[in-house]
Amino acid sequence: MHSIPGRRLIMGLFLIFLLLPIYWLVNMSFKTNSEIVSTMTLWPHNPTLQHYRRIFTDESWYSGYINSLEYVVLNTIISIAVALPAAYAFSRYRFLGDKHLFFWLLSNRMAPAAVYALPFFNLYSAIGLFDTPWAVALAHCIFNVPLAVWILEGFVSGVPREIDETAFLDGYSFPRFFIKILVPLIASGIGVSAFFCFMFSWVELLLARTLTSVHAKPIAAIMTRTVSAAGMDWGLLAAAGVLTIIPGALVIWFVRNYIARGFALGRV
Amino acid sequence: MDKTVNQKAWFLVLPVFLVVAFSAVLPLMTVVNYSMQDTFGNNQFFWNGVGWFKELLDPSTDLGGRFLASLGRNLLFSLVILAIEVPLGIVVALSMPREGWTVAACLVILALPLLIPWNVVGTIWQIFGRPDIGLLGYVLNAMGFDYNYVSNDVDAWFTVIVMDVWHWTSLVALLCYAGLKSIPEAYYQAAQIDGASRWAVFKAIQLPKMNRVLLIAVLLRFMDSFMIYTEPFVVTGGGPGNSTTFVSIELVKIALGQFDLGKAAALSLVYNLIILIVCWIFYTVMTNAGVERKVQAESEPAAEPKPAAALKPVPALEPREGVA
Repeated sequence: MHSIPGRRLIMGLFLIFLLLPIYWLVNMSFKTNSEIVSTMTLWPHNPTLQHYRRIFTDESWYSGYINSLEYVVLNTIISIAVALPAAYAFSRYRFLGDKHLFFWLLSNRMAPAAVYALPFFNLYSAIGLFDTPWAVALAHCIFNVPLAVWILEGFVSGVPREIDETAFLDGYSFPRFFIKILVPLIASGIGVSAFFCFMFSWVELLLARTLTSVHAKPIAAIMTRTVSAAGMDWGLLAAAGVLTIIPGALVIWFVRNYIARGFALGRV
Repeated sequence: MDKTVNQKAWFLVLPVFLVVAFSAVLPLMTVVNYSMQDTFGNNQFFWNGVGWFKELLDPSTDLGGRFLASLGRNLLFSLVILAIEVPLGIVVALSMPREGWTVAACLVILALPLLIPWNVVGTIWQIFGRPDIGLLGYVLNAMGFDYNYVSNDVDAWFTVIVMDVWHWTSLVALLCYAGLKSIPEAYYQAAQIDGASRWAVFKAIQLPKMNRVLLIAVLLRFMDSFMIYTEPFVVTGGGPGNSTTFVSIELVKIALGQFDLGKAAALSLVYNLIILIVCWIFYTVMTNAGVERKVQAESEPAAEPKPAAALKPVPALEPREGVA
């Protein structure tokens, strides 16, 4: 009753559609450049690890991954830390301007990054954070904090109010109640919103590239270096691309049981 | 449940307010400031009033022509991908396996494209579509199509649209799946007892229940496709010619390419305003839908989606809301 006729076929075809381009990237990353350019082969005939070896031994390459992970983790921590109390406030209390504030937050989630690229460049240069992971982490807050507040608010609203009242009657102070009781209760919600913060910070490139030049350059920006006078180094580009997929895949694997609920923003 | 009025809640919201205000209000003020001025380099600025805005909305000028053309392209793009992704997403969500390890496997594979950095998405399709080294381009050319996204407008559009469908249909599908999962089993049993057809079940039970998540999906997809930048930029660079230059690409060209701060700022503001209006409509519709749901649930708890009077759940089977 739940599903439609031919669902296995539809699902199968769609999954193939999703996986084929990724397979092609993986396939290319194991080929030598001469094999890529000269022949059309469905799998690597002379498999090689040379591209991966180059990325893992060349500091200018692997530092890009470290830089990216650095600002993504920073951003996730900042977003969740500031969003938690706000989500509680929005869920439990009515206060002056609450609806307007919520809309304002949400509208920032929707603002195009291209609008902010240039002003951010000026702002972070002026306060001396340019080219540090902090600049990118703070800049990404503009779309991750509203999202985290939105998701967490749904989860906090799922916790019955009686629990708060009982805790306060039992003599819990507000911070103690928050950390000891509320946070464990919405742990899955925190996991889901951390997943979303990680995801959106990891995939964003425009701001990350604008706000860094040398020291904090994200891997995505370093990938553009594969264009050289001798033409594209396709194999290297593919290998770098494959390595950017791996952190995301790992994160998905850990939260796979919460994905469906998380995508409904805890509100269905 | 009524919320208590408590102005001290502002202290809890303050950190969020400060962080977002730092990242949003300060830059926005810079943009407003720039939008009224003209620059000839050397950090010399001249007052220009609303000149840029006038030019922006007048298609006969260079700036206005470019802006309105890219806006049109962007709207067309958003409509096309919505028309493909929403029905496809629903079909995929309905095709999800019911239980077992395949559910987790499908979820993981579905979510995979969402977590690939956007420029890598572009790279993947740039490679995949090339006639010389990419599978898609090679196969299409072998089949007799003269496919080349670098030189042909239609092919470039085709590539960008297929890429977006590849990238984001999963989001719609996962949202719909979450909506479907929240339908209590009793509804299906009731429908079975009534002998409802597959289509009737979809129309009377599943679609109304997916209403809310579908709304989220449509609006998220509209917003995100309306500000798309990285993926088409990597694949086509906005070309051939200007055929895939969307608003964000045009904006970055003016701002960071030509350093024409005044024009870029004015464009940013108008662009932002459009997004803000759509966002406001979204927010109003969402909150109203929430209120309606609540009212309905309070007055008549058991019969929320009213497919037919006979389709009420069997009393013995309490509807289980919120499947974990």
